[in-house]
Amino acid sequence: MDGPVPLSSLVCVPVLLPLLAAGVKLAIGGRLRRLQSLISLVTLGLSLAVSVLLLVAADTSGPLVTDLGGWAAPVGICLVADRLSTLVLVVSSAVTLCVMAYSVANSYDEQEHDAPMAIFHPAFLVMVAGVADAFLSGDLFNLFVAFELLLSGSYVLLTFGGTEARIRAGATYTLMALASSMLFLIALAITYGATGTLSMAQLAERFATLPEQVKLMVELTLLLAFAIKAAIFPMSAWLPDSYPTAPAPATAVFAGLLTKVGVYSIIRLEALLFPSGPVSTLLMWVALATMLTGVLGAVAQTDMKRMLSFTLVSHIGYMVFGVALSTVAGLAGAVFYVVHHITVQTSLFLVVGMVERRTGTTSVTRLGGLMRAAPLIAVLFFVPAMNLSGIPPMSGFLGKLMLVQAGLADGGWLPVTLVAAGLVTSLLTLYAVAKVWGKAFWRGPRADRMGRVVESEEGTGEDPVVTTTAMPAALPLSVAALVTLGLSFTVLAGPLSALAQRAAAELMAREPYISAVLGRHP
Amino acid sequence: MNSVSLLPFAACCVMITVGVTLLLERSLVRVLAGVIVLGNGVNLLIVTSGGDAGGPPFVGRPGMADPLPQAMVLTAIVITLGVTAFLLAMVHRSWQLTGSDEVQDDTEDRWVRLRLRRGELGDAVRARRDAYRRLVVEQRAELANLEAEQAERERLEEADLERRISRVHNELEQWATRLREQGLPEEELQLRLEEAGLRDDTGALSNLERIEQLREEYERRRARQAGREKELFKQLKARQKEARKQMRTAIREERERQALAQDPELEGDD
Repeated sequence: MDGPVPLSSLVCVPVLLPLLAAGVKLAIGGRLRRLQSLISLVTLGLSLAVSVLLLVAADTSGPLVTDLGGWAAPVGICLVADRLSTLVLVVSSAVTLCVMAYSVANSYDEQEHDAPMAIFHPAFLVMVAGVADAFLSGDLFNLFVAFELLLSGSYVLLTFGGTEARIRAGATYTLMALASSMLFLIALAITYGATGTLSMAQLAERFATLPEQVKLMVELTLLLAFAIKAAIFPMSAWLPDSYPTAPAPATAVFAGLLTKVGVYSIIRLEALLFPSGPVSTLLMWVALATMLTGVLGAVAQTDMKRMLSFTLVSHIGYMVFGVALSTVAGLAGAVFYVVHHITVQTSLFLVVGMVERRTGTTSVTRLGGLMRAAPLIAVLFFVPAMNLSGIPPMSGFLGKLMLVQAGLADGGWLPVTLVAAGLVTSLLTLYAVAKVWGKAFWRGPRADRMGRVVESEEGTGEDPVVTTTAMPAALPLSVAALVTLGLSFTVLAGPLSALAQRAAAELMAREPYISAVLGRHP
Repeated sequence: MNSVSLLPFAACCVMITVGVTLLLERSLVRVLAGVIVLGNGVNLLIVTSGGDAGGPPFVGRPGMADPLPQAMVLTAIVITLGVTAFLLAMVHRSWQLTGSDEVQDDTEDRWVRLRLRRGELGDAVRARRDAYRRLVVEQRAELANLEAEQAERERLEEADLERRISRVHNELEQWATRLREQGLPEEELQLRLEEAGLRDDTGALSNLERIEQLREEYERRRARQAGREKELFKQLKARQKEARKQMRTAIREERERQALAQDPELEGDD
């Protein structure tokens, strides 16, 4: 290692590099497709490498801090890479790299459309930069900017192509996101009015001196803003409504990362700014409601994308539960679950994108016989689906086990109820994915829809759906890489959970973060 | 800490209220206006939270304004501008596609409504089937009534016939007894009886003929009755058929209406 100085200046790379690449790609426009793909992949690969480097550094020598703009921490804006942020950053970089490879492979057969490359990639890269910025941000206002960055990218991706269904879904999504942003801004105004700072490290110290009521108001406003982003129960209705209409790679990365940014912010909020607040009980209840309503919604769906969106909502409940426990074990479980869930949910959505490419539909009432017709897709669906529903020894099981142990260790009646609800949710998730598996893959074929052009319904304004059996090798490879990453969490469960424990301990201690940012222990 | 001046704060409250109210509208243009007003209200709130306006900078007077909220507000304004531009493009696209700027109901809502309509259709079909069944039961009861009436009438007629036959028999007996009392030997009596038959004894003949006539009349009535019953049954069948046809047409119409209302986004749901 070269020492902490050059390493800490690397902290801004995962944010700046994708932004730079997005600018370059916008300048290139629709030309030079191969170069374009290369730029995207190299950028994301570099981000991944830097993230891994940062993770190792943060794990061995404590949080790394970069002050931006030459102003020191409490006044200027800083990026902080501690164990939690670098861990999620590594996973998110790996996932975005796979998704980018998938979308590059997916668009090779659409040579006549120049627009996807010219708009999709820059928007995607801007979103990735926003996600990285949100993870690394050490300042609440910078967190807001990061949210806006990733949201503007996601607005473009969600309404991609401007079809009627996407515009409708986009209206819901955009307005929900805007409402949440406005709430966040209001919370920022209140916070600044009350404390005179927005640097998280300084806020962590100043909140301690505030009256309880003011603290509670700030905490609840911030929590509400983040909860909308994370799709926690009363604020989760927008998610299953808007995600399924977006293009597959976009949905995959939304599902994997955007809600987790909300969860990450809640973890930061609860652990760093408001430790041991009175909000834990409230969080437990909303976690319970999120788990159960989400999974019941998933059971009722007949469309694969909608089903997955509902399981996404439901499993956010597990992470919120881990945060609400506010113990090291609970936080560690939540962190482990975030890592697991990013990978698994993304790979599932990508596989569903492959199903749609192959058959032209994702509705299980029309699908059938995919096991015979496309065994590779079947395997790629089955493994993460079982992983999601928590079949031992996969990481879904391990994550739930950590949370269950943490909940039982707490011992109160509410955590124990939540543990029971978590197990029921897990079982119902298994039921939901098994239903989809049985209908779409296991039963006999419904109708011969493979390998031909299916005319779209009149008035939807969509292009005819082109289904194809041609499968560029990079497509299953990118998904297989993600599935393997998900499986590797089982093999690496020991080191990974130890890392999650260390990250949680660091979060609960608070002191390393604060002193690193404020430069007390150089 | 600076105190917050009341007027800007009141302005924030009003603007945020107006913004939220507009945000809850269905029309996207109103929503856009709401976003703009709400954004400005929130930005004003940030400036307000920064404290007093303070004196001019660079002059060296004490009590300059806090520069941080102003920097933040600049950022927020730029972001609001970008989002507004995007929203405007989206509204325009929505208007291009659908000719209106109203937000459609979400998929789940439409699905629930579709299921409700299907439930209503099911109820209508069930109601019709029940009505049909009731009709059949009524007509059966009617038929049974008619049959019972008929049986009663036949029974009465039969009894009447029996009575008449027995009266004729009685008369015959009396006549025979009278002859016996006059001391007529049995052979003579039998002979007389035969003679009465041969000689067209008015009393005996009329009795026998009457029995025959009555039988014939009974048969005729029976046949007429059977014809009427058959007619009635036919009528009943035709009525039932009509009812069934009506029910089928109604169900088909309902189905067609539903097929027209099929939603492309909900395809495959049942």
